[in-house]
Amino acid sequence: MLLVEAIILSVLAASTPLLIAATGELVTERSGVLNLGVEGMMIMGAACGFAGAWLTGSTIIGALCGIVAGILMSLIFALMTLGLAVNQVATGLALTILGVGLSGLIGAGFVGERIAPAAHLDLPVLTNIPLVGRVVFGEDGLVYVSLALIIGVWWFLYRTRPGLILRACGDNHVSAHALGYPVLRIRTFAVMFGGACAGLAGAYLPLAYTPFFIPGMTAGRGWIALALVVFSSWRPGRLVVGAYLFGAVTILQLHAQGWGIGVPSQFMSALPYLATVIVLVLLSRARTGGSTAPAALGTVFVPDR
Amino acid sequence: MQLVLEKRAERSNTIALVSPLIAIGLTIVTMSILFAVLGKNPLLALHAYFIAPLTDGYSLQEIAVKATPLVMIAIGLSLCYLANAWNIGAEGQFLIGAVAGSWIAVKTQGTDAGAWVLPAMLVLAAAAGALYALIPAICKVKFGASEILTSLMLVYVADLFLDYLVRGPWRDPQGFNFPTTAEFDPVATVPVLIEGGRLHLGTIIALLVVAAAAVLLGRTIKGFEIRVVGAAPRAARFGGFNANQLVVLTFAISGALAGLAGIIEVAGPVGHLQPGISPGYGFTAIIVAFLGRLNPIGILIAGLFLALTFIGGEQAQIAMKIPLDVTKVFQGILLFYVLACDSLILYRFRLVFPNRQVARVTG
Repeated sequence: MLLVEAIILSVLAASTPLLIAATGELVTERSGVLNLGVEGMMIMGAACGFAGAWLTGSTIIGALCGIVAGILMSLIFALMTLGLAVNQVATGLALTILGVGLSGLIGAGFVGERIAPAAHLDLPVLTNIPLVGRVVFGEDGLVYVSLALIIGVWWFLYRTRPGLILRACGDNHVSAHALGYPVLRIRTFAVMFGGACAGLAGAYLPLAYTPFFIPGMTAGRGWIALALVVFSSWRPGRLVVGAYLFGAVTILQLHAQGWGIGVPSQFMSALPYLATVIVLVLLSRARTGGSTAPAALGTVFVPDR
Repeated sequence: MQLVLEKRAERSNTIALVSPLIAIGLTIVTMSILFAVLGKNPLLALHAYFIAPLTDGYSLQEIAVKATPLVMIAIGLSLCYLANAWNIGAEGQFLIGAVAGSWIAVKTQGTDAGAWVLPAMLVLAAAAGALYALIPAICKVKFGASEILTSLMLVYVADLFLDYLVRGPWRDPQGFNFPTTAEFDPVATVPVLIEGGRLHLGTIIALLVVAAAAVLLGRTIKGFEIRVVGAAPRAARFGGFNANQLVVLTFAISGALAGLAGIIEVAGPVGHLQPGISPGYGFTAIIVAFLGRLNPIGILIAGLFLALTFIGGEQAQIAMKIPLDVTKVFQGILLFYVLACDSLILYRFRLVFPNRQVARVTG
């Protein structure tokens, strides 16, 4: 396999969990809810996804377990922030702390176990086309799912009526409520979608990225996904670009070590995090004319009847 | 059936006082269920967690030692949160403080440097923590970058930097290849208070920090500004208070306290710099800050309580083979209940049934 091909394949694999988690959070934030618990939902997705796959021997059931774990976690968040009107920032942090603890508890019995990694697509003839074949037709299934997901979200948000209503809730929940839309119910669904995506993104790590589970294996990817949503200015198209850029930075960091560049490995490992800070600063600075964030993002809404 | 929130005309002070207690009670009930699910006797487990550590002098000292960094960090965080600035990177500021202070300890190792070493370490650690916290604060006020994300990203950077130092330039040549510096010299070590015990001078410093914060918030104009900017940003603007300046100030204070806590932990109970010097103090301190109602005295009590969960967790692991992660689950659940009960201060909960029968759940 050519080096270029290998690099592109690994970039796609590193980007996919970021893209899936960020897509979910994009929808959540577009409805006006800031869920900082992505990291916690992801790590639960990773632990439950691995547990499911190991117990059943099926990658698909593993992925489903990850999704269910993400949804359950997001429901706790929805109950707190939408049901009880609790501060979203604090609740999101709580969700991450809980997720890290619970995933350690669930995953403890599976540390050191291995599973077969998710199968890669293999189409006769097509996959064997030099250069493009393996990159376009030879990925694991979730890479295609992630792309379908973001296209579907773009179509939903900009081409359907429910998508328009969801964006309206995010921009002005008082008006949306006055027009008779069930703001809290719509937001609950958006939060659950975000949870499902984060759970799937977390499950991607032990199911397709590495064939084993270690505690804390998300390593801040949930937070990077949150930063990507800011990076994308809450737009699906830019989210894809951002996710692949960050995937590339992660892989660059791995390859740089292999190429024997004389920089300590820890400095290279810090790259994705430093890149996130720099990107956030540059983008926020470019946007001084006014924020593109949904206007009601992070604010509590209690309908008065 | 539907849950409906009704805004109270004014905040309920009774509930503000009892809500942390309700939260702890609900957490204990939830934990009992979790223990039962894990196949452990809930009563024995709760005893191991909450009662056993309180029954001997050694554990009591350990609780104070664990509470020291938690309280110091949480006091700083509470100032940030009161001013509506979301510093969640205290873990990184803690690590950078530990690194900066250790630099002096490592450089003076084996020389006959005088008694200035420890004070210099404390000062440098606080300064480094403050500078590290100023990065997200300045990115926020100058460029509008989310301080939540930037402060958190810097935690990973600090962690990797510490890792690099103890595996590379600062590694103890006699350390059998373990990633650690040599044990600090006695002049670079925080003195213990009781001969043969582990209680150290840092605990006194933490108590002084609590007192200083109580004075700052209760008795000074700056403290008043911090509280107004957080509680009523519009009123603060009319009052001419500079919210950006307060973001920078509260971040600097909280970074300095986290950095100080970092070096006290390294030069005190740990004794050398190594990876894993913090079992997540910076994150647990967020829970301490909220459980303590962002109030200095409350934080002191909350810090002792969460320290109890750490020590109890260790004892429960030894005595009953309960996994250590249960402590993190406990802390996460506790934070949820604390936040949920806080909702009761501002709202009344009602259950509304479809047949228009209204049932009042709580007063």
